[in-house]
Amino acid sequence: MSDNSDVLLQVIGVSKRFGGVQALRDVRLEVRAGEVHALMGENGAGKTTLINILGGIVPRDSGRVIFRGREVVFNTPAESQHAGIAIIHQELATIPALSVMENIHMGRMEARGGWINWRAMEDAARKVTDLVGLDVSPRAIVGDLTISQRQLVEIAKALAADARLVIMDEPNSSLTERETERLFEVIARLKRQGVAIIYVSHRIEEVLRIADRITTFRDGRYVGTIDRVEASVGRIINMMVGRDLANLTRRPSAGSDAPLLEVRNLSRRGKPNLQNISFTLRRGEILGFAGLVGAGRSETARAIFGADPIDAGEILLEGRPVRFRSPREAIAHGVGMVPEERKRLGLFTNMPVRYNIGLASLPARSPAGIVQHASERSLAEEFVRKLSIKLSSIDAPVKSLSGGNQQKTVLARWLATHPRVLILDEPTHGVDVGAKADIYHLMRDLAAEGIGIILISSELPEILNMSDRIVVMWQGRITGILDGQTATEEQVMAYATGMAGQGG
Amino acid sequence: MSEQTADLPIKPARASVWSAIFRARETSVFIALIALVVVMSFASPYFLTSENIFNVLRNMSTISIIAIGMTMVIITGGIDLSVGSVLAMSAMMTARLMVEFGLDPRLALVVGLLFGALAGLVNGLIITKVQVNPFITTMGMMSIGRGLTYLLASGLRGTVASNIPMRDPGLNFLGGGYIGPVPFPVIEMAVLVIVASLFLANTVLGRQIYAVGSNEQAARLSGVDVDRVRLFCYTLTGLLAAFAGVMTAGLLSNAATNAGLGTELDVIAAAVIGGASLAGGQGTVYGAVIGAAIMAVLRNAFVLLGLPAYMQTISIGVVIILAVALDRLRRRGQTV
Repeated sequence: MSDNSDVLLQVIGVSKRFGGVQALRDVRLEVRAGEVHALMGENGAGKTTLINILGGIVPRDSGRVIFRGREVVFNTPAESQHAGIAIIHQELATIPALSVMENIHMGRMEARGGWINWRAMEDAARKVTDLVGLDVSPRAIVGDLTISQRQLVEIAKALAADARLVIMDEPNSSLTERETERLFEVIARLKRQGVAIIYVSHRIEEVLRIADRITTFRDGRYVGTIDRVEASVGRIINMMVGRDLANLTRRPSAGSDAPLLEVRNLSRRGKPNLQNISFTLRRGEILGFAGLVGAGRSETARAIFGADPIDAGEILLEGRPVRFRSPREAIAHGVGMVPEERKRLGLFTNMPVRYNIGLASLPARSPAGIVQHASERSLAEEFVRKLSIKLSSIDAPVKSLSGGNQQKTVLARWLATHPRVLILDEPTHGVDVGAKADIYHLMRDLAAEGIGIILISSELPEILNMSDRIVVMWQGRITGILDGQTATEEQVMAYATGMAGQGG
Repeated sequence: MSEQTADLPIKPARASVWSAIFRARETSVFIALIALVVVMSFASPYFLTSENIFNVLRNMSTISIIAIGMTMVIITGGIDLSVGSVLAMSAMMTARLMVEFGLDPRLALVVGLLFGALAGLVNGLIITKVQVNPFITTMGMMSIGRGLTYLLASGLRGTVASNIPMRDPGLNFLGGGYIGPVPFPVIEMAVLVIVASLFLANTVLGRQIYAVGSNEQAARLSGVDVDRVRLFCYTLTGLLAAFAGVMTAGLLSNAATNAGLGTELDVIAAAVIGGASLAGGQGTVYGAVIGAAIMAVLRNAFVLLGLPAYMQTISIGVVIILAVALDRLRRRGQTV
């Protein structure tokens, strides 16, 4: 702190209010050149708001921002970019219809007299894609790339813009472990070039690995900044939530022997092709689904749930063969699914929380198709209490809630249908530590009630700690079914990469 | 965690209802309507006579009735450009059946209405099953419907007719009757609007219409039969357009081939002024009615003040853009 010469960014006393919500209250942040500065806090802590202020997306109400020695006010994203700030958003901002190089140079096309110089653009793009380790042609169409490749395109775009400050908002939330490693290499390279990085993440372990300093926000306020050497998992959690969390331990094996859902030789053409998927979910069991992104876990879940058609195979629910042609039929049979990507597939963002909670169970609770408003309200209030959903009112639109509370809202919608089988696809993706713990406890309670849970997750510790048994998928096939008590990360990864089991 | 949230009170519903009313687009549009009425009542002594008010209400009735369906279609994220043609086509069908085949007027009315509903159903089937964009589908139906209207009027003999008389006391009453001082179309409008508003706010299907427009994929995964919801909205719109067609023909005692030309734009404008978002998920029937009222009062104002007709056309265009622009500006400060 004594040496101010290398301070790149200073945020001093910044506040921001959205309607009735004080998103930021007098926060500060100091980032030095060549430093990886982690910004942590539960969802709703104000991290995203601060990023949006730095990115010129929302104006601040008060306070000062000093960047490269000058006080700055960014009124548009373009102004922020020109000043040398690049933001890699949680939700990818690439344009799928355009090529990699066009995305990288968007807004700064190499042109002479208005005509694009494609050759120069390609060369310049290749330079940065090499730097981030993205080995696709600059002419490849971004829509054809995987999510992780698109993420690298975004980082390449930041490099091409010669950004001095790169802000990454949960950059690896959809990356596999290997891709995450590559991202860390890229970050190290940026660092050596004197680029500062604000790294927003919920994953404490990795923050401890790559961050030089860690700043924590809580409820829109600044809590503190610590050096990595003084940081520990416990201390960070304490700063974020203001309390200690009981460590999640492996759950003692539960689940009866009674088969609840049997899937036999399920196959479906798609991306990837699902081939001969067979497994059994028992009553009261949490069945983990592990695998790399694109292994076919979500596709399997969608096929069972009736969201996508099945080409071949058999599904038995409590011994009786079923085949759902639509999610509606699945729901009627007591099967629920909390889909991945809650914003795209789960939420009605501009509709009130109570509509969101009530929708799936609405037909069952509405005699003659008439909505019972009083019962809808009490249902919503019941789940708001049960799941500790933090909100101002059940009539508030879902978009006013933080990520963790949005996820709980989707969960509540499914719990309200009283499912026998509940499929959870990445239920803690982008969710803060507190809400995560709530969701874990909820899952165990549900399993104890006899509900069978399919848990799809890309976070290995989550799979290992929560599952009674673990189904591992690789390229559309099941390569192994492991015991949750004894499985190790290495084992799961071996099956997930096709190095072990039927794939090898 | 539970300690932290237990004392977070859930605000009483009343407060949020009031703030919702205050913030609603419909409220500001309603205030604009009141302001317009106040200005007009000073500008012209004839404006606030009951005769004139009922006249305005009757003039807006057909637009409002079609706007009920159109609003639902727009809430689902769709659009229906064919309502003007379906209006003409259905009325022509009813008139032709009566004149040519001597069909009982009530039966002819029912066939005409079903014909309109069928056109809407076909729109819906093409949009949901073949997945053709609603704009394209209904633009095609707009052309087909107008063509069928001419065909029905002229037959295949080639003599071009532009009008077919529709003279039946019952059908004439539907479009031109009075109950006491109140034009019957105004009563029809009021009943349909109230029923539709209650339907949208209080039924499962009504709720699902909003859900489909707000997030179609999430709606499907939550068990909503998205296709059925869409089919319902387009079929209802076709049916209401047909009803408006018979009302119009009944008023004029004539089914005209050029009836309802450009009506689709008035109807869409009414819905949009009243707060419906073309992106889907937002809108109300009463908002659309307020929108229709603003346009009707404007038209009436220009007649009463003796201003040229083109001024009226210009002003309605300005109102459409202004309503949406002001709403945009008002939202700019809110949470993203």
